[in-house]
Amino acid sequence: MSTGPEAPAWSPRRPLRLPATVWPLLALAALLAFNLIWTPGFARVEVRDGRLFGSLVDIFQNGAPVMLLAVGMTLVIATAGIDLSVGSVMALGGTVAALLMVEHGCSVGVAASAAVAAATLCGLWNGVTVTFVGLQPIIATLVLLVAGRGIAQALSGDQKIRFEEPTFEFIGNGAVAGLPFPVYLVATAVVLTFLALRWTVLGLYIEAIGGNARAARLCGLPVHGVRLFVYAFSGFCAGVAGLVAAADIKEADVANCGLYLELDAILAVVIGGTSLNGGRPRLIGSLIGAVIMQTLTISLQMRGVVTEHTLIIKAVVVVLVCLLQSDAARLFCRTALTRGRGLGYPPRR
Amino acid sequence: MQGIHKRFPGVHALDDVSFEVRAGEVHALMGQNGAGKSTLIKVLTGVHPRDGGSISFLGRPFHASSPADAQRQGISTIYQEVNLVPTLSVAENLSLGQAPRRWYGIDWRSVRRQARERLAEFGLRIDVDAALGSLPVAIQQMVCIARAVAVQARLLIMDEPTSSLDRQETDRLFEIIARLKARGVGIVFVTHFLDQVYRVSDRITVLRNGRLAGSFDAARLPRIELVAHMLGKSIEETTALESRGSTARGPQAASAAPLLLSARRLGRRGAVEPFSLELRAGEVLGLAGLLGSGRTETARLLFAADPADTGDLYVGGARLPGRHPREAIAAGLALCPEDRKADGIIPEMSVRENIALVVQRQLSRLGLVSRRRHAEIAEEFVRRMGIATPDLNRPVKTLSGGNQQKVILARWLASRPQLLILDEPTRGIDVGAKAEIERLTDRLAAEGLGVLFISSELDEVVRRSHRLIVLRDRRHVGELAGNDLSEEAVMNLIAAPAGQGDLDSGGRP
Repeated sequence: MSTGPEAPAWSPRRPLRLPATVWPLLALAALLAFNLIWTPGFARVEVRDGRLFGSLVDIFQNGAPVMLLAVGMTLVIATAGIDLSVGSVMALGGTVAALLMVEHGCSVGVAASAAVAAATLCGLWNGVTVTFVGLQPIIATLVLLVAGRGIAQALSGDQKIRFEEPTFEFIGNGAVAGLPFPVYLVATAVVLTFLALRWTVLGLYIEAIGGNARAARLCGLPVHGVRLFVYAFSGFCAGVAGLVAAADIKEADVANCGLYLELDAILAVVIGGTSLNGGRPRLIGSLIGAVIMQTLTISLQMRGVVTEHTLIIKAVVVVLVCLLQSDAARLFCRTALTRGRGLGYPPRR
Repeated sequence: MQGIHKRFPGVHALDDVSFEVRAGEVHALMGQNGAGKSTLIKVLTGVHPRDGGSISFLGRPFHASSPADAQRQGISTIYQEVNLVPTLSVAENLSLGQAPRRWYGIDWRSVRRQARERLAEFGLRIDVDAALGSLPVAIQQMVCIARAVAVQARLLIMDEPTSSLDRQETDRLFEIIARLKARGVGIVFVTHFLDQVYRVSDRITVLRNGRLAGSFDAARLPRIELVAHMLGKSIEETTALESRGSTARGPQAASAAPLLLSARRLGRRGAVEPFSLELRAGEVLGLAGLLGSGRTETARLLFAADPADTGDLYVGGARLPGRHPREAIAAGLALCPEDRKADGIIPEMSVRENIALVVQRQLSRLGLVSRRRHAEIAEEFVRRMGIATPDLNRPVKTLSGGNQQKVILARWLASRPQLLILDEPTRGIDVGAKAEIERLTDRLAAEGLGVLFISSELDEVVRRSHRLIVLRDRRHVGELAGNDLSEEAVMNLIAAPAGQGDLDSGGRP
């Protein structure tokens, strides 16, 4: 490589070159360490009926819906978009599955597939309004945030739909080799998506489109196609999350299922290091982000913190992790520590 | 500025550089990309702290903690890009942060009056209530200057102010510079255009590799010597480089060479009137015309970046539907766009990924990605084109302008196109990189590529082209080839009154 006279002007004090996931991982480690030491019973894991129980397991069992949403959301945000509708689409998915089983006597397989298909269609609709109608993603998906839950309420007659269907409940409550079934769902989703990002053009194209959509189009990339795909995929993930949430409580609770979960998913992605301006999708970071959110929820519950305070503490942690990731903020702290001053400029006369 | 030092990790960006500007003089700051011009300006205006040396201004030691602070103390900077708020009106932009106030709030009536007065000083008569973004870039830049000067600037720094201006607009800017000079304002002028330097500058300071190459009286520095100082080469070498131009025009493409592209009455409303053109293998076809004459629009139609309203486009004998650049690329076309930042690079992505983006489609039908293969291709082109980057994983935005342009060229050459459209490939890059890109154009044509070469630098496009089409006001008004092809002939066609010299059909049948 030639480093000629045209050596590029680097930013002063180049930040340490570490993998981007280091910071959220560090935050998670700190959180876990705190809980292992100070929260009684946090580390306890018991085996009952051949499956594991304990708060460490709960993090993954209860956090599965957010983790699934975060997988889809990562791709959408990497294309410089956003999907606000996932919580409502979750509710719609759960409702469709429950209705088909309870009122139409469909088999579990048919009900689950139809629910996921309906959710994917919702995502595709978002994609169409973003790419072909040209709405801004935040508005386009806001439409389904409102309408999605509305449709679910209309379908269910605004009633909770209870069901007794052991096979279906397995999706939310079942266990394989001691671990809850949702853990396997999340693992499959993360691994497959990760491989797709790494070994196919998907990751390259998403990053190019998020980084500069005009340039991507001039390079002949299928900009519309990729956008349609990421929104549809986000809908698909929301559908699966909806199945897990409904199966977990044996009912489709239209009013509460997935409520505000889109926000948790977005936070998880942001904590994970994917830029809201688009760019490289940080899938593993998003997963860590979702785990952080859920660990926080569960540890605060175990420590008996009231709900109102929980939300405030969550907000503080999110801000801290985001600051930790910012080169500028870290530089500021380092200079402040080493020089005892805000910024490294000589004093003004 | 005396003995200024600035170090960045791995680079000694400024090494003992001294620089002075007198009141009422225009001082040109010259040098190749990466020579340290921008760094020097940034140290002066408080963007970067300096590592050594001293600065004095109006006889007193000077320190600015930020560009805003520098401006308060009388040093204003105008950047290449317009740094104002496009959605606010002209008057609002001019008074931003310093609006006259009354007890009831902002005194809008005097805001407008002051804006009109300030603009009148520059001979600008525009609607001060118009949104800034709705005006031509040149006017926006004038508004920037009006704003910069309004805050009692004693020293005005202009970083490539003319790179987006056409000839008339540049003339207007130079008038303004003359007025400011008369008012005793010192002006630092950074540009790549040699003609302009000699038109306005009193003195010239040249930087090379972060060191001072010298300060000269403009009147006593021959052009060829200036280039020699910038390149760090002896005058003989430079002379060889410059005169190469006249002899370097390749052999006329034989009309027997296969026809690569033909456009028949291709046009798009509001962009460019229907035109016809043909391009053969091994031929360099130039497009010349003023800014806004339809050059870029022509390129975008040929590349299917914008859909055509009328006409047909044939590439290699097959008709191109022209809906998406993908079709053009599949047919063997490539486009280096005019606006490198907006349409070319993907700034956050690495050099490797930026180069591999187009060729990837040819590597695997299933869309599988091999990073090793990408790295091999990128490495080959980094070496072949002399792209200066510490490693392939560096985000392309950290490279200098000339190297970014080479990355875009590499991206297209990697896809082995048959026809390359170069839209202003040398804009905003230094003399050395310019010469390299011109040489590359020649070589590619010799290898049998068809090249469409668009440039607003007349000498460059005349020197490179075998055949040249002249545009005026969104129409193709003439075609020159062989001995008829000269700068003078092109200028005559551009300057000809409307309706005269136009081809019947707006192009060649």
